[in-house]
Amino acid sequence: MITFDKTTTPKAWKGFKGGHWQEEINIRDFIQQNFTQYNGDESFLVGPTAATKTLNDKVLALKKKEREAGGVLDADTKVVSTITSHGPGYIEKDLEKIVGLQTDKPLKRAFMPFGGIRMADDALKSYGFTPDEENDKIFNDYRKTHNQGVFDVYTPDMRKARHYKIVTGLPDAYARGRIIPDLPRVAVYGIDRLMAEKANDFEHIGDGELTDKVIQLREEVQEQYRALDDMKKMAASYGYDISKPAETAQEAVQWMYFGYLAAIKTQNGAAMSVGRIDTTMDIFIQRDLDNGVIDESQAQEIIDQFVMKLRMVRFIRTEEYNALFSGDPIWATLSMGGVGLDGRHHITKTAFRILKTLDNMGAAPEPNITILWTSNLPEDFQRYATEVSIDSSTIQYENDDLMRVQWGTDYYGIACCVSAQPVADGIQYFGARANLAKAILYTINGGKDEIAEAQVGPAYEPITSEYIDYDEFMKKFDKMMDWLADVYVNSLNAIHYMHDKYYYEAAEMALKDTNLDRTFATGISGLSHAADSISAIKYGHVKVIRDEKGIAVDFKADNDYPRYGNNDDRVDNIAKWLVKELYTKMNTHHLYRGAKLSTSVLTITSNVVYGKNTGTTPNGRQKGEPFSPGANPAYGAEKNGALASLLSTAKIPYRYATDGISNTFGVTPNTLGHDMESRKDTLVNMLNGYMDNDGMHLNINVFNKATLIDAQKHPEEYPTLTVRVSGYCVYFADLTKEQQDDVISRTFFETM
Amino acid sequence: MENKTVTADQTTNEPVKGYVHSIETFGSVDGPGIRYVAFLQGCHMRCQYCHNPDTWKLNVGDEMTTDEILADAAKYRKFWGKTGGITVSGGESLVQIDFILELFEKAKAMNISTCLDTSGQPFTREQPFFGKFERLMEVTDISLVDIKHINSAEHKKLTQYGNENILDMIQYMAQHHDDMWIRHVLVPQRTDYDKYLTELGDYIAKIPNHVVQKVEVLPYHTLGVKKYHEMKIKYRLEGIDSPTPERVANAEKLLHTADYTGYKKWMPLPKL
Repeated sequence: MITFDKTTTPKAWKGFKGGHWQEEINIRDFIQQNFTQYNGDESFLVGPTAATKTLNDKVLALKKKEREAGGVLDADTKVVSTITSHGPGYIEKDLEKIVGLQTDKPLKRAFMPFGGIRMADDALKSYGFTPDEENDKIFNDYRKTHNQGVFDVYTPDMRKARHYKIVTGLPDAYARGRIIPDLPRVAVYGIDRLMAEKANDFEHIGDGELTDKVIQLREEVQEQYRALDDMKKMAASYGYDISKPAETAQEAVQWMYFGYLAAIKTQNGAAMSVGRIDTTMDIFIQRDLDNGVIDESQAQEIIDQFVMKLRMVRFIRTEEYNALFSGDPIWATLSMGGVGLDGRHHITKTAFRILKTLDNMGAAPEPNITILWTSNLPEDFQRYATEVSIDSSTIQYENDDLMRVQWGTDYYGIACCVSAQPVADGIQYFGARANLAKAILYTINGGKDEIAEAQVGPAYEPITSEYIDYDEFMKKFDKMMDWLADVYVNSLNAIHYMHDKYYYEAAEMALKDTNLDRTFATGISGLSHAADSISAIKYGHVKVIRDEKGIAVDFKADNDYPRYGNNDDRVDNIAKWLVKELYTKMNTHHLYRGAKLSTSVLTITSNVVYGKNTGTTPNGRQKGEPFSPGANPAYGAEKNGALASLLSTAKIPYRYATDGISNTFGVTPNTLGHDMESRKDTLVNMLNGYMDNDGMHLNINVFNKATLIDAQKHPEEYPTLTVRVSGYCVYFADLTKEQQDDVISRTFFETM
Repeated sequence: MENKTVTADQTTNEPVKGYVHSIETFGSVDGPGIRYVAFLQGCHMRCQYCHNPDTWKLNVGDEMTTDEILADAAKYRKFWGKTGGITVSGGESLVQIDFILELFEKAKAMNISTCLDTSGQPFTREQPFFGKFERLMEVTDISLVDIKHINSAEHKKLTQYGNENILDMIQYMAQHHDDMWIRHVLVPQRTDYDKYLTELGDYIAKIPNHVVQKVEVLPYHTLGVKKYHEMKIKYRLEGIDSPTPERVANAEKLLHTADYTGYKKWMPLPKL
């Protein structure tokens, strides 16, 4: 293994302030010592270069072709994707400042079978490609995949819970994703140094006793070491030597991108986060600007072209997957902003430059730009960010004050749509969602599924009275939640065991500390409907209407009852209780690899599918109707306007739902104010107020309902219209018809 | 119709109760900044284009005390920034002047900015109203005054009341340095005539003491029609569409809206 002499300072570090980061791998310290705050406004920003424009036009034309081709332009069926599987690919080589594609051609999708060969084949077939016979044989007969591993160990109970969709979206056939590689390591240290550190870590695993734990980690670190070596080879194929630290801004961004490319060539996670790279990029850019190596136009060009690459990341998915998360999202989440533990905000000029890409290259859903917001961010940045929101609806906002305290570091990133994760030493095991609204129906129906009428949950005594007695319901609901927590957590234990075994994320882990803090993520869907249903049972005197088999198919509340979304503690406390209670129940179980439990209230577009598979709920939501997204109140529940609704959401305790509590806010421009300056004022004040009230996450969509209706009819006229839904952003035209209808019918705050 | 709300003069112990139509926690076009808006129930005018006919009836709606409203409003304080606060709208807010007076006095004591949205119809220099109004202005940071029509005869056609007392109220406010926004709803075939718009523009320009912080043209819209059908009231603007963007721009020009920029720097001042 490579040894590395730490006593000499690489030439590439000239001009940087030294610190712990030189002695050890420590990007946070590198940032703390070297970043330059920016307190000014956006007036320094420049437009795209001619090269960027040409490239962007080509990419847009390719995307148009891709959409016309039914969603996939080209797909590899032969070559199994690895870090080094494909030779270099370009859009137009001579114009590209940042190079590197997943395969040998732009937008050509890679073949990624390790999550599950069946899923990989089905995905190909969905788009009219024929799976390769030899690959089929290899991955069916010789080399097991993650998916098969999981199904080898699932219990009948788990299969049923999954089949009848009380637990949905489990990563048991594709990569779990949500692991943020600490990409700046590649730029600051170069691969050789990282390999030397991993070699050193390897020597110090355990005390010589080869326990299961020690064996597992030793194998993993070896895999990481090989992945690092492969990254060098991949970069070399593009003509770059990334064994040493980056010497220029262009190299720094290119080095980081190679690190990311290694991740997306090996993993097709639901979320493939980019992490928090803006300050490191800015440090390199600022050094080059100070030394006259580049000017602002070149700085912007590097950022534009890096972002352009993130917009081109693709995975091939099955139809069922697309129904859950449509619009080809990959959650290349790029988080920036925030305030350091020392009180300095982390806004640099590069945070502005990244926002500027939306203007220079048009709106786009990826990267999933996330601003770590606090009322202490400089006002000029706050105003610019909200302006970009108003223009493009492509930004999400998350509460830096909450996350910094919860995770104990200012060097965290957003791992997925919404979830925070310490970049250096934290990972998350993604865990999809359990359907709480359905759990309520299972309680009433004695464990029988209300749609399939099959016995899915345990056959507890159903509720048989005409009117639901609150005390009886709560007693029975408690037992049903116990069952749900059990089957859910143990399914995830199986998944993560097999994922580590068959689909280990060597490239991403190679760019993180060897010893990790792990989070065991879970999630809740249907929270608002569950809370309102319990409120109806408690306050509304709910009558049950049953079919001939005794299954509850409809409900009638005699009295009005408080609904979640009006800042009314009577029901908001039920929502809080549900989150805490399910968490507490899940937390009694064994959690894989000593991970710490977290949960979430965020559903992306899957709220449509969850709703489709859930019968009529006691709050009056009809069978098949979409759930409200994330932690949003149920449709039509809000009576007192947007802020009351936001404060209901803000009550969900982040300490339990550390995986995120998302709220999607849709508003018409005229509701925000009658001119741009007032609209910015309104959004800045709204975000400050929400975050200061402990609100965790907010998507902001600014457009008229009429625009969306028109876009549904004439998609060709709105190729870049993007909307934010739960934790992500998507081209409106790429949503399914049902999801478009859902977005259109969602609460829009309008003034009359 | 007589306003039966218990007045502050009649009792010392009983809290004044207001009739509230609805609460909007996120009012961002109802005065400076983000504001908590209490829409009060009751209005005497019958404006042809009114989009809230459900707020006309007096002495109905949710009964709330000033303390209840303020306790609820205060939950949203962190959203208000430097300029936001509470707005009382309607219906016609001044119909319940006793209630607003107590509400605003208490709000100012809590350092909450106050904004009055009114069309001025109940205004009179006669007692006991006038005394209350004088006190109300002491605790009002800014008013949103709606001039329905500059010509009194036309005003009467449009709303069933003339505008003399309304213009008198504006003069009173100006003389006492009470800041205001002026708003005017642009309705084709009713208010959208160059002659009247020019007249209104001249009137606003002559309002003394630079109290006019902003002038807004509000294009008529048909979103309220549904309510008329639901309430089975005849809608008198059937067939009239929203004004074109060109006519809106024309009205803005004639009202010189661009000249009134005080609102950009406006801050509420503690008045007590």
